[in-house]
Amino acid sequence: MKIVAICGAGIGSSGILKVNAERALSRLGIQADVTAVHLATLDADAAGAQIILTSPEFVDSIGKTNADVIVVQNYFDTAELTRKLQEALE
Amino acid sequence: MSLPALPADAISLRVPVESWQGAVRAAGAALTAAGIAEPSYADEMIRMIDEHGPYVVIAPGLALAHARPGPEVLKDGIAVVTLATPINFGHPYNDPVSVVLALAVDSPDAHVALVAELANLFNDSTAITDLTAATTVDEVQRLFGSAP
Repeated sequence: MKIVAICGAGIGSSGILKVNAERALSRLGIQADVTAVHLATLDADAAGAQIILTSPEFVDSIGKTNADVIVVQNYFDTAELTRKLQEALE
Repeated sequence: MSLPALPADAISLRVPVESWQGAVRAAGAALTAAGIAEPSYADEMIRMIDEHGPYVVIAPGLALAHARPGPEVLKDGIAVVTLATPINFGHPYNDPVSVVLALAVDSPDAHVALVAELANLFNDSTAITDLTAATTVDEVQRLFGSAP
């Protein structure tokens, strides 16, 4: 499974989402490839992704996608991330 | 890896600012004081927020200001700024901001280990509250595992 984490720069906030999503997924016992990407290359990088993780600001910029878009409020709240990933994957 | 050493120069406490731009500039000034980034990196960090909105406010009270790797970055590093009074960035959930972390990295690949360490420090912890309350540079360095 492919998951992408989006931010404006492709470093920093999306990096934290990537790291914490990997931790949440391993807790859930799910294998996935999580990539941190930035908006400019989103169309290419998000192709085939099942889940897009991002903050509220980027939802409108994502455009048409078949992926589940998960909006994360507190990037350091691993319980929030685990719960939202679990809901999306059910 | 552990977090890069956090020199005293990269820490500014209780900085009085009147806008989110001022808060990001204070964080940029700390990066520059520590030899991590050129002064123009602050402009890049502000441009990211102008362009994309206040998404850098990634947790209640905390902004992770950053721009893309570029010539303004001299070496990988972070700076820590706390604000004298909390400032709104316009974020729907996580305003107001009391702590600004500024992140500068040379290459996108290099940053993953660094942000993993930031996650270790901040995940499900009292680190943001502790930083907000910090009154000395020593306290902040200890929190970041960078005690002198």
